[in-house]
Amino acid sequence: MHVPDGFLNVGTSLATGAASAGTVAVALRQTSARVRDAQVPLAGLAAAFVFAAQMVNFPVAAGTTGHLLGGALVAILLGPSLGLVVVTVVVVVQALVFADGGLTAIGTNVLNMAIVTSLGGWAVFRFVRRLLPATARAVVVATWIAAFASVLLSSMAFSLEWLFGATAPVAFDTVFVAMVGVHALIGVAEAVISALTVQAVLAVRPDLVHGADGVRHPGARGRRSPRPLVIGGLAIAMLLAAGLAQVAADAPDGLERVAIDLGFADAAEGHALGSSVFASYATAGVDDPGLSLALAGISGTALTMAVGGGLVLALRGRRRDEVATATQGPIDVIESRVG
Amino acid sequence: MGAGHSHTLYVHEHTRLHHLVPEVKIAGALGFAVVMAVTPRTALPVAAVELAIVASLARSARLRPRFVLSRLSVIVPFLLMAMLVPFVAGGAQVDVAGVSLSREGLWGAWNIASKATLGGLTSIVLAGTTEVPDLLRGLERLRVPAVLTTIAMFMVRYLEVVGGEVGRTRTAMTARGYDPRWLWQVRPLAAASGALFIRSYERGERVHQAMLSRGWDGRLPDLGHPTATTAQWRLASLPALTALLALLTWRLA
Repeated sequence: MHVPDGFLNVGTSLATGAASAGTVAVALRQTSARVRDAQVPLAGLAAAFVFAAQMVNFPVAAGTTGHLLGGALVAILLGPSLGLVVVTVVVVVQALVFADGGLTAIGTNVLNMAIVTSLGGWAVFRFVRRLLPATARAVVVATWIAAFASVLLSSMAFSLEWLFGATAPVAFDTVFVAMVGVHALIGVAEAVISALTVQAVLAVRPDLVHGADGVRHPGARGRRSPRPLVIGGLAIAMLLAAGLAQVAADAPDGLERVAIDLGFADAAEGHALGSSVFASYATAGVDDPGLSLALAGISGTALTMAVGGGLVLALRGRRRDEVATATQGPIDVIESRVG
Repeated sequence: MGAGHSHTLYVHEHTRLHHLVPEVKIAGALGFAVVMAVTPRTALPVAAVELAIVASLARSARLRPRFVLSRLSVIVPFLLMAMLVPFVAGGAQVDVAGVSLSREGLWGAWNIASKATLGGLTSIVLAGTTEVPDLLRGLERLRVPAVLTTIAMFMVRYLEVVGGEVGRTRTAMTARGYDPRWLWQVRPLAAASGALFIRSYERGERVHQAMLSRGWDGRLPDLGHPTATTAQWRLASLPALTALLALLTWRLA
């Protein structure tokens, strides 16, 4: 999914580039405490691991193969900000050294493959872990779901970029259905590999799995927090946004009918949508604008929630890390597995 | 740990392009890629000029056509995707050999295919004439945060080591009769991937300690590489400026 040069229009490339640069800068500031501790070689080796893992072909069905994207996996293993930085390095080197992805599309590719996968994957991971007991098995299950979601979110991000920056008149819903459909399949493979990898690391060095903090005896749930309620509320917000998008899409048609009824349709210059941002010709061939806008609404909200949530969690994670290293070392984790 | 210090995309030569200071080369390639990206798809003569520029750069860097074309294979998936566009796109249709294709879609396909090709060629010339450490030093001189470039440096340094481990593990697994064909047979591969992560992490810890004992302070030392001269900046901006000139000429004509 490395976007080449000229695949998206200039404005979209610039916008995604700016978003990527900002997010990576924040993540760098987050990790600076860890990396200033001169763990740069470690991060470099982790990046080499991602690169190598992306080169391993694993079987999908009947001898066909796929490969790992690894954004969510690395975020869970190393933490969201360091994971984001590591995958960013991989994507940039792929563009500069291996001609994989366009030079002017580096920002887009970093957004889709590093930022959305690691932050989105991390947000989903934390959410699922909160719902499940604090056990090693729950960490594996959460990894499964997070890795699956990260691939879907990445394909949604791509579709949304296409909505705003299409360079060919292929309808957004066509692209969306094709991209998300294909990536739902890829996502299952990504999920299985990521979960099993985390399981393997948990079995040997549970202290290396950043996302497995606080894994204790089953049943020791720790304090309750209102966070599930907040996140549940956000889910409802997402449904609402989709519904609203639907209404917004239907409204112009309604307006048009009123205009025809009242006989001033001729005065109208064009379709009400013609002046909106969706007027780019990506949507020109849309058979069902309501569906398109609903899709765009849902995926936009999901993306913003997941990536924003991941960013917030990443920012908060630093403080928690400092507390965690002071109160709980890796030995606690091992003990909890024994016990 | 006998990893090489160059990569398969680099071609060892002594040409003007090879000797250009890296930051200048990166900026030049980026500038050219930007002009190429903003070139309207209907500007066929400009696209031809741009192709001629990249081709002459590749030639002056003594990159063999076969090498360049084989490296260009990374964009094949997008070329295939571009080929689908005229069939699924909407808008006015034209009949080509009895098949109804979208006129807009054909332009879109041309746009994606031509820009992906030109962009790919630009990257290949850049990577073919610049070794990775130089590339990363150039990025650092262009104010990319040192943490990023240093991580990238270590990544490239240990890529062959980690990749070699992957290869040996695969060989060992195949030798023991592991030949997965379905996703549900993937567990041993995933376990190997987990082991690979632990090995990489622990190697990182060892490398870190070895470097600390040698006085590592978190930054790679500057070994006094030459900085770019005005003449070099001028030279490196030539491709982008030529393309821009062609674009403006086309606009006015």
